[in-house]
Amino acid sequence: MNRKDPHLNRSVVIGATVAIIAIIYLVQLFNLQIVDTKYRDFADSNAFYKKPLYPSRGAMYDRNGELLVFNQATYDVMMVAREVNDFDTVDFCNILAIDKPTFMELDSLMRDNRKNPGYSSYTPQRFLSKLNIREYGMLQEKLYKFPGIYIQNRTERQYKYPNMGLILGYIAEVDKNTMASDKYYARGDFAGKSGIELSHEEDLRGEKGVEILLRDAHGRIQGKYENGEHDKTPISGQDLTLAIDIELQAYGEYLMQNKIGSIIIIEPKTGEILAMVAAPSYDPSLLTGRDFGKNFMELAQDPYKPLINRAISGVYPPGSTFKPAQGLVFLAENIITPDTRYGCAGGYPPLGGRPRCHGHPSPLSLDPALATSCNSYFCYGLTAMLNNRTQYKDVNDAFDHWKDRMVSFGFGNKLEVDLPSEKRGFIPNSKFYSKVHKTENWRAPNIISIAIGQGEILTTPLQIANFSALVANRGHYYVPHVVKNLKDKPLDKKYTTKHETGIARNFFEVTVSGMAHAVTGGTCRGINLEPEIEVCGKTGTSQNPHGDDHSLFMGFAPKDNPQIAIAVIVENGRFGASNAVPIGRLMMQKFFKDSIPPSDKWLEDRIVNTSILPNIYLRNRQTLNVQ
Amino acid sequence: MYNDITTEKGRVDWWTVMFYLVFVLAGWLNIYAASFDLENAVSLFDLSGRAGMQLIWIGTSLVLAFLIMKIDTGFFDTFAILFYIIGIALLILTLLIAPNIKGSHSWLVLGPVSVQPAEFMKFVIALTLAKVLSIHGFKLMEGRNLLIVSAIILVPTIIVIFQSETGTALVYLSFIIMLYREGLPGGFIFTGLAMIVYFVVGLKFSEEEIGIFSRGEVYTLAIILVFTAGMVWSYVKRKQVIKVILGIIGSIYLVSYIISFTQWVEVDYGISGILALGLVILYLLFLSLRYWKRIYLMMAVFAIGSFLFLESVEYVFNDVLQPHQQMRIKVTLGMEEDLLGSGYHIGQSKIAIGSGAFTGKGYLNGTQTKLKYVPEQDTDFIFCTIGEEQGFVGASAVLILFLIFILRLIFLAERQKTTFGRIYGYSVASIFIFHLIVNIGMVLGLTPVIGIPLPFFSYGGSSLWGFSILLFVFLRIDKSRKPF
Repeated sequence: MNRKDPHLNRSVVIGATVAIIAIIYLVQLFNLQIVDTKYRDFADSNAFYKKPLYPSRGAMYDRNGELLVFNQATYDVMMVAREVNDFDTVDFCNILAIDKPTFMELDSLMRDNRKNPGYSSYTPQRFLSKLNIREYGMLQEKLYKFPGIYIQNRTERQYKYPNMGLILGYIAEVDKNTMASDKYYARGDFAGKSGIELSHEEDLRGEKGVEILLRDAHGRIQGKYENGEHDKTPISGQDLTLAIDIELQAYGEYLMQNKIGSIIIIEPKTGEILAMVAAPSYDPSLLTGRDFGKNFMELAQDPYKPLINRAISGVYPPGSTFKPAQGLVFLAENIITPDTRYGCAGGYPPLGGRPRCHGHPSPLSLDPALATSCNSYFCYGLTAMLNNRTQYKDVNDAFDHWKDRMVSFGFGNKLEVDLPSEKRGFIPNSKFYSKVHKTENWRAPNIISIAIGQGEILTTPLQIANFSALVANRGHYYVPHVVKNLKDKPLDKKYTTKHETGIARNFFEVTVSGMAHAVTGGTCRGINLEPEIEVCGKTGTSQNPHGDDHSLFMGFAPKDNPQIAIAVIVENGRFGASNAVPIGRLMMQKFFKDSIPPSDKWLEDRIVNTSILPNIYLRNRQTLNVQ
Repeated sequence: MYNDITTEKGRVDWWTVMFYLVFVLAGWLNIYAASFDLENAVSLFDLSGRAGMQLIWIGTSLVLAFLIMKIDTGFFDTFAILFYIIGIALLILTLLIAPNIKGSHSWLVLGPVSVQPAEFMKFVIALTLAKVLSIHGFKLMEGRNLLIVSAIILVPTIIVIFQSETGTALVYLSFIIMLYREGLPGGFIFTGLAMIVYFVVGLKFSEEEIGIFSRGEVYTLAIILVFTAGMVWSYVKRKQVIKVILGIIGSIYLVSYIISFTQWVEVDYGISGILALGLVILYLLFLSLRYWKRIYLMMAVFAIGSFLFLESVEYVFNDVLQPHQQMRIKVTLGMEEDLLGSGYHIGQSKIAIGSGAFTGKGYLNGTQTKLKYVPEQDTDFIFCTIGEEQGFVGASAVLILFLIFILRLIFLAERQKTTFGRIYGYSVASIFIFHLIVNIGMVLGLTPVIGIPLPFFSYGGSSLWGFSILLFVFLRIDKSRKPF
């Protein structure tokens, strides 16, 4: 360069400045594309519309292959707001059987971004769900008149029988909590909320598929992503065969009308539940279809609480049905022998005739004590056990042995039946009583009422039925279950594992014999089906601070090689013999003979026409209303 | 550095031509990708598609380039002024008869083709400036000459602003880079940059009041003091002066800081700043009277001007700028997050680029651009398509290639033997620099949204022709440079 140029260095300044800016831009590029990953997520939720493909939910059959629950097509009205114009609202409302204000309300509900977060005026949005077939037909016919309106198919649960709503359960749209705890669910999905629908949700629901679609800036679908390579086809849910015999179940519900309580029938050999009646119940088809919300509210507000499955969630003092269990514990712990006799004087003598007893010969051994349901015998037994210092260190030690035996019979803990919301009942331990009596040296008389199944003892009807099955099996049980098998899956091991009590069989024979004598000549003669069937049973009358005593019965038949074990409880049904025993008899007749013999028709009429709806529930409701 | 003069004499700079070809071809492919419609995809060569049309523009540009290389260099020198007059006339004509296309009145519709004269005006201004500045004995810093140069730039700028093409009008101001190279005092550039800093800082923190001033004002006052001290330090030879000024500023802030510990009074650093600035200005005025030197007065004027500018920022912003322009600036400064309104462009642009990750999603696989989430994706926002489909690798390659291209232009401009050639070369470089910085900065969310195209990449006949003419005229001039 032969020319003097005072500003030559400025070429370097300009070049360097451009280079620095380019480097800043490179850093920003690096930031956006590599460091910060949020933009990738934004982009995916922008562009991909993952359309779920719903599998068909598993159906349910009863043990004889009778279809109980299935799916039926239902129709949703979808609206693309952008395409709606020139609309005959009156005609539209008439077809859907809604009035104009409802139409406006549904419209604003659909457009509300808070209630319907995915709203876009370009894509189909659910306007009204669950059209019935008639409305669907009418709308389909006139669809050409309503631009922007589409019909989307879905499936809905349908029920063949109006029975066992509490056991089948219902399904409903998932809520926020369900979605948060299980990533499987998305908004608008349905899931089981109670009963088998809930406990077997994962088997029934199958697996959702997905179709990945591309969506443009306006939310319009532009086609499949990479020709559907990443799509997934849905897998249908498992069909379930239930252990329930729908005829037996329906008959049980028929008998329990206008009464509160439960009937449970178990097959002792397998633990399968042949019938589980919880009254009051409801028709499962009430909780499906467009009236779900209204019907659900009515059921939820019913003072007799038909949404509670009392067979597993109701807890009652077992009363005298607890006596066979007591006897077994005393035998197993060597407190008594089958020949040990205790006297009775119309009551328990050491405590001045309390608890009271009724007229029968005295003294008695265990077998007749069970047959006559002698209170004193079991008070003596429990006292002897708690006062025994050769086997046990102190009263606490003795009581905990007693408790462990009871727990091994399935009391005091959840049996883990395959239904939700099972209660565990209550079998206290020694700590409980030390706390109650504020001393570790409490004595047998303090707790004598538990000897006869009263006091603190609480059991569920299912636990009583299970204990009855355990006696029928002479020492073991299988966890009761309502699902017999799944279509392509073995049953959970939990339901095929034998639970042994470890008590000698001959002790059980004494108990069985006592229960057989109760039927032939004791407290539950009302269920004597001889000569055809040898029934074993035990009544119970459980005291109840709120009203009349509860009427209980547990038993099994036939005595040898038993086929069914049963527990019946009728709330406020007074003596075991007055309501629970006749219901047990009718259920056994139904099971063994398929129909009620003419000789028992009068009994069936009497039971069906008996109404025991305690007003305690109504009173509670009134006080609630006052508050 | 310049020892290749004789060997390269008379040869076209094929490096630049190579860059040009790479850019237009990459641009063409990306326009196809950006305008690719999933539902009815047209061929790369289909003339009904954007890519097909761009292919025509590229072909005609190459013909144009070939023709330009055949023209004698003297032609440009001789007819520069005439071009300018015709250009201005066309701009005015366009303003008068142009239809309203999306609010812009810059398109001359000639049958099936629409032409944007403002795009070609970049070339014309560059040529005219080169012609005027290279007149023998022309001194830039003489008052009359400065006025002429300003007029050459500002007249078309104003007309184009009236055409509602603010972006293109701003491009014309990029000639200041060339003027800087030609001797415009650094103080002018510095003052300009200082104004931008005041504007950004003053505005960004304008919404928080601390004491009687906003946080932005307090910060900007401190910055004005630093800048003034810096100016004094670099322009005033008497070292005593800078010591006094630093003493004034330092002691006032130090005293304020100490007082703030005693908690006797609530210290307002805004008042400290005003006090310090006032004393510095008085001191500079005193010096200008005492030594009778213009330089002190200039410093004082800079300080006073800076202060007045600061005080007018909010007024200008709130009362002169349009609401959508205010919004764009606020979004760029990070004062507002507005993903559905003004920020939508920037937000979607960042999402598209960010989702490209390191290697990109692959050609034609970009979901964000295909599904039209990014607006103007085949014109102003075409860099998004590159970022999304080619990832960091592709986007940084384009950025680096552009940087090398600009450095090459500066190198070529510097090797010109005539003032005319050098000035024209710098004008070309200035325009490309401005386009690159503003366009990519906008797409990356670093500069406000100003709608100007990415040279050679963005779809559009007028802009491609304009850039091609601009570049090849320079290559023509470069080819015929003569050694002294």
